[in-house]
Amino acid sequence: MTGTKGEELRKRAKEKRSERFRRAWYKFSRNRISVVGLVMVLAIVLLAIFAPYVTPYPKHAGAFVDFMTGSVGPSLKHWLGTDVFGRDILTRVIFAFRGALIMSTGVLVLVVPLGVVLGLIAGYLKGTWIETVIMRITDVFLALPPLILALAVSALMRPTLFNSMMAVCVSWWPWYTRLIYGMASSLRNEFYVKASELTGASKPHVIFREILPNCIAPIFTKMTLDVGWVILTGASLSFVGLGEQPPKAALGTMISDGAKYLPAQWWIAVFPAIAIMVVVLAFNLLGDGIKDMLATEEGS
Amino acid sequence: MGCNTMAKDILVVENLKKYFPTKKKGLYVKAVDGISFTVREGETLGLVGESGSGKSTTAYNVIGMYGVTAGKIYFKGVDISGDAGKRPLSLKKDLQMVFQDPGTSLNPQRTIGQILALPLKVHKIPGEGERLEDRLIQLLETVELPPEYIYKYPRSIGGGERQMVAIARALATNPSFVVLDEPTSALDVSVQAKIINMLIRLQKQFNLSYLFITHDLSLMRNLATRVAIMYLGKIAEIAPAVDFFRSPKHPYTQMLLSSIPVISGAEEEMKPKKVPSRGEIPSPVNVPPGCGFHPRCPMARQICLEVDPIMVETIPDHFVRCHLFAGAAEAREVVGA
Repeated sequence: MTGTKGEELRKRAKEKRSERFRRAWYKFSRNRISVVGLVMVLAIVLLAIFAPYVTPYPKHAGAFVDFMTGSVGPSLKHWLGTDVFGRDILTRVIFAFRGALIMSTGVLVLVVPLGVVLGLIAGYLKGTWIETVIMRITDVFLALPPLILALAVSALMRPTLFNSMMAVCVSWWPWYTRLIYGMASSLRNEFYVKASELTGASKPHVIFREILPNCIAPIFTKMTLDVGWVILTGASLSFVGLGEQPPKAALGTMISDGAKYLPAQWWIAVFPAIAIMVVVLAFNLLGDGIKDMLATEEGS
Repeated sequence: MGCNTMAKDILVVENLKKYFPTKKKGLYVKAVDGISFTVREGETLGLVGESGSGKSTTAYNVIGMYGVTAGKIYFKGVDISGDAGKRPLSLKKDLQMVFQDPGTSLNPQRTIGQILALPLKVHKIPGEGERLEDRLIQLLETVELPPEYIYKYPRSIGGGERQMVAIARALATNPSFVVLDEPTSALDVSVQAKIINMLIRLQKQFNLSYLFITHDLSLMRNLATRVAIMYLGKIAEIAPAVDFFRSPKHPYTQMLLSSIPVISGAEEEMKPKKVPSRGEIPSPVNVPPGCGFHPRCPMARQICLEVDPIMVETIPDHFVRCHLFAGAAEAREVVGA
């Protein structure tokens, strides 16, 4: 009897969840600018995934030389012009998005769980030696300028996309630890946390089931905003030659190569730079929209 | 109830002290400063006091939210005043708490089903062959909530309903003792009565003992078996409820009882004695010398400024800590002899 009752309850709960999703989307879509951000992000991701099919000259992504069409300005044939080797810049920018997106996803996948878990533990165990150890190490990493730290680390290793990703990770995790540490150390005094402790819940339960769900909104917002910033940092690394190596396309290398031909052949450097700007802007707009959506979601 | 047969003491607090260090070295906030009381099986002890009197600190000490500075707490004869963080699971099962504001005591990110399932899972309550879900629905039924609330979030139900969920959580482990920390003061007046009636019904149904913390003295008239008045970290008076409201002894109690607002003249007549209320509770950091109440006491004498009075039993089971009654105990002994 209760079995069918339970089924029915679960079905109703599922409906409630889809309703919640609809309401969240409604809140998000009310802000036009964040919808623009979402569309831009989706466009960039789709372009990057289907780069070999959507770009006009897929061969130009790698080692390709055709000096006959070298350094041609923007035209109908080459919308963003070509570089000195005659490679289509639009094609190379879209292929460069692949590396940039792989890098930012990779960094976030590695950094967020690590930073969040350390922050939760340190925040929950505030006042113990564990907190001291975690937070002082975090402070040391925070004290170093992130770009300098990433430069130093990647200079120690062979310049590859993966290694520059690792280098960015080293300088990125402390920000998550700090953010979550601050939240966890105040959330642990909430009465619902006290109530679960008093009934005998384990520390992992309190940390991951009681405190973590209440940190999800800021984590999510920061992640979206960080995609843009990681791409920017990755471009800075590849600008100085650390990261994806030629002949593969990377936004930073394209700018540093093109900088030599400024101002005459301006398109070689300027268009990749605008591309970076557009990506960072897109993720920032999306992040702002998500922040507003989650903020009102909390308040209701 | 009355005091015909002495029920067993379930909770005994002896000379409990809880001091909090302040920023200045050597200075302490004496939140609870040497209190003793007992709660008997099946009864409700009302612990009443103004804000800052130390009543909530007492509750948190009993429940084990933080350790005691000095003194002993015995629960069912076992000393539980040791390290509050190392209480055995069986004790946590037997001793539960309902917090003041259900808006903050229920996790906003967890469904009511998840909230109620936690104590069950921790204490492995639905045994073999019994389904957790059935037990959850049963729990909701106990507090008169419909079963579909399992999948709701605390924010989508009303304040009174939330407090019922908090009560259901406290009862999930079949405790014998529940600390109620102002369970109705965050709620609308309209739902307060409902919660109180439910608490009375549940007490009978499950033979619970309550330590009921409140600042609402009038609430205690119908609810408490015995009432204790706290002032500045100390108990001023403790007596069976009937006796307490009929013949309050301590000037502070008299002051509190005469400041209960009433509507009719008849009710006004029921008040034992009119004592005007004046002043505020002093800071527990700078406790005045002598009796803590003397700056506000209309009957303060020279001795009250110098010596802190001790607890005396004026009539059986009625204790007062006031110089006015200092001789009462000896007098009674003489009469009795």
